Amino acid sequence: MSGTLTLNKITAQRGISVGDAAKKIADLGWNPSYVQEAMTFPTDYKIAKAPKDPMKQVLRSYFPMQEEKDNRVYGALDAALRGDMFRNVEPRWVEWMKLFLAIIPFPEISAARSMAMVGRLAPGEDLRTGFTMQMVDEFRHSTIQMNLKKWYMENYIDPAGFDITEEAFGKCYATTIGRQFGEGFITGDAITSANVYLTVVAETAFTNTLFVAMPSEAARNGDYALPTVFLSVQSDESRHIGNGHSMLMSMLKEPENHLLLERDMRYAFWQNHAIVDAAIGTFIEYGTTNRDKAKESYAEMWHRWIFEDYYRTYMLPLEKYGIKIHHDDVQTAWKRLTEKHYVHKVAQFFAVGWSANFWRIEAQTDKDFEWFEHKYPGWYAQFGDFWKWYEKLSHRGQTNILFNGDVGYVYPHRCWSCLVPCLIREDMVTGEIDGKLYTFAHELDRWTAVEAFAGEYQGRPTPAMGRFSGRREWESVYHNVDIADAIKDLGFVRTDGKTLVAQPHLRFDEKEMWTLDDVRGHILKSPLLTLREMSPADREKHLADYRKGFTINPCN
Amino acid sequence: MTAVQSIPAKSGAAGAAIFPDSDSRKYRYFEPRSKRATHYEDVTVDVQPDPERYLLQDWIISFPNGKGAYTKDNTAALSSNWHAFRAPDQEWERTHYQRQSKIETMVQSVIANGRKSGAPKGFDKAWVKILQNHLGAWKHAEFGLGTSLMQAQRYGYTQMINNATLTNSSYKLRLAQDITLYLAEIGMDIPGFDDAAGKRMWLEDKGWQGTREAIESIMGSADYLEQYLATNIVFEPLVGELFRSGFLMQVGSPNGDFITPAVISAAEADYERNLANTIDLMHLLVTDNQHAAHNKKLFQGWVNKHVALANKAAAGLQPVWSQPHSKPVQYADVRAQSVERIKKILGELGLVLPKE
Ligand SMILES: [Fe+2]
Ligand SMILES: [Fe+2]
Repeated sequence: MSGTLTLNKITAQRGISVGDAAKKIADLGWNPSYVQEAMTFPTDYKIAKAPKDPMKQVLRSYFPMQEEKDNRVYGALDAALRGDMFRNVEPRWVEWMKLFLAIIPFPEISAARSMAMVGRLAPGEDLRTGFTMQMVDEFRHSTIQMNLKKWYMENYIDPAGFDITEEAFGKCYATTIGRQFGEGFITGDAITSANVYLTVVAETAFTNTLFVAMPSEAARNGDYALPTVFLSVQSDESRHIGNGHSMLMSMLKEPENHLLLERDMRYAFWQNHAIVDAAIGTFIEYGTTNRDKAKESYAEMWHRWIFEDYYRTYMLPLEKYGIKIHHDDVQTAWKRLTEKHYVHKVAQFFAVGWSANFWRIEAQTDKDFEWFEHKYPGWYAQFGDFWKWYEKLSHRGQTNILFNGDVGYVYPHRCWSCLVPCLIREDMVTGEIDGKLYTFAHELDRWTAVEAFAGEYQGRPTPAMGRFSGRREWESVYHNVDIADAIKDLGFVRTDGKTLVAQPHLRFDEKEMWTLDDVRGHILKSPLLTLREMSPADREKHLADYRKGFTINPCN
Repeated sequence: MTAVQSIPAKSGAAGAAIFPDSDSRKYRYFEPRSKRATHYEDVTVDVQPDPERYLLQDWIISFPNGKGAYTKDNTAALSSNWHAFRAPDQEWERTHYQRQSKIETMVQSVIANGRKSGAPKGFDKAWVKILQNHLGAWKHAEFGLGTSLMQAQRYGYTQMINNATLTNSSYKLRLAQDITLYLAEIGMDIPGFDDAAGKRMWLEDKGWQGTREAIESIMGSADYLEQYLATNIVFEPLVGELFRSGFLMQVGSPNGDFITPAVISAAEADYERNLANTIDLMHLLVTDNQHAAHNKKLFQGWVNKHVALANKAAAGLQPVWSQPHSKPVQYADVRAQSVERIKKILGELGLVLPKE
């Protein structure tokens, strides 16, 4: 053997540099001359010029690197079980993972699908190579997350809700918000969806909150599995962000694209804020039991990642290329998160609707109140009594909080654009599409649905742009239906045929668990259909009252 | 507080308390293929929803023509149950990366060891030309299939179909890159090796134009199932295996090349898996209890179209078999084998090989 080793040394070979390798790989493509590739992904953008310096990426090193990452993830999951992680995990946290992990694998696999769209449109083969790798990455993300969810289902005290996960995803009034997010990556104008909405905004701006803030909070709640999986997922994002940025740079070169880019940056930023902050903000602030005042609140992290990092260093510099940046939108989002208590109103809404969920929501208590008031001054006056009510009404025999007139909560209208309800009551607006009345959480949501998602934008035809469609207002599906029948129809009932999957508490005791009989006798109404049925005068009055908001009654 | 508060369970672990569904530890929304769901099924089935499973509100964004994210009419094929398909290779992320990584490691060490021992310099002169020109051209065929399948994976009606298409694309793209880097590396050891010759051959050489036309026809199809079928049921047996197994793998070593067959060998195993996936899917469709006749007719049409192209491609490549110094196999023999092979594949689907 030693002879061979010596020979190896003296014949040490020249290698090929990554740059050279990437160049040669980029030369694999050609312009077809016998049959043109079908133009199956329409866009109104003009894409002609190759970006200057896309990332150098080669599958030869990619696959072993990713396998190594995987080995670390699966090793850590095994270690977590050996270390009896679930004995010390906080159920409050894991329950919210039933919602989070029901949503996230679909946006991930949608990202994989959308790579077909940008891959097809990419100017230059370097960039196409980047997109092919991202396609495989996103396949990784989707199935590794499904695996994590299965692992929770197998090892956590209450598997109900995990066991119906993908079905629940298609039906729930909360996951509809996540569907808006995932469908946004793959439907409509290929660049709007697969480049601007997915990469330029969702991945570049919001994956830090998703994949970095979530893991930290998980660890504080004794969950060491989620951080392992999600930090591994996040480690792929810098490549994706690079791909998206190269594509964006190539589009900036065409002045004709500037109006569309302004539109799409605006839509994508606002909707990502509305959706991601609603969901992740709730998981982090309400799914935790850790009330360390030294840790950053969701709003504080948002300021660091979205405001400082993304807005200042990514969005603002686009101005010098001639893109109009809507600075006010960023400020408005920030105000919604701080002064207007957006996340808290979302958590409150999910809690009010607990009986039609597929996870447990526990009441916030004194220990939580102090932290909230410290981080969000004014919180207690607005939400303290609500959570006391919630705790009080968490026991069987009480009237379901969704229908309990003693509380004072007014069920919200749904925003036709972001699908989060119009929770900041004073900002709610209405608008018309094809002569029909719709409700929106904010003027920017109205603009998104009415002006951006249309066949024309500011006088310019946009034939590739998508449309908002389907039965977007979830409540209209169960208009005039008894809540018990709706829950049964949703499939959110345990296999005994009566116990609800969702529970308003973490008491793992059959005697405490609500059944269909405990909620029967109350009728769901669609706020939108109800609004449309009103006379114009009644409607105006209703809207004025709605915008004034509500007061939670004192809970003694 | 009136009700008696029960003591909360101290542990969040499975079995710490008994209550309804405290033992519900399987995904219970889909029917597994066999008695127990496989790991692949658990992480794959129904992740891509649709109005039948389980979109209560339908698709909530649509294309300007009113169609949602995924519709059944992205292919002319019909199915009474698109959800039935399960990929026989059971690929999910972990198995995919394990396999791809193992292949990359194997390929790189074969090349590195071969180069260390000075093997490329020992390749027969005529064989070096063949690698430069013909393997160099072939890498573009593999790449074309990879990008075509990348496009196709956007369109299938279920997660199972799209993920099988996606991994197929990934395998093809890996192979195209493997060949590219392999040629670049041995090119550094062989004086006068022209790394750009392959692409010229691909674009201009008469012998390669049939192959390029066949590949571009697959890339140009707007029907994702046609792309999938044309790739694995037609092009691969008639041209892919013909050239890889019937030429490179068998002719390499008699001409002093033990590296190329090793670099290419993984592709044959890739194909076995992708073929199994494709046959299973197509088999479901040609035996569909409502649409069997429609699908069979449709597929036969696709087969006729792509077999004609593949035959032309194979015929164009025939002269390559006479170029090496040492000729252990005859084109006619390997061609006969590949015709047998496709007949067998088509036979499983009740389809026939059109007469030349
Ligand atoms: Fe991802
Ligand atoms: Fe990503």
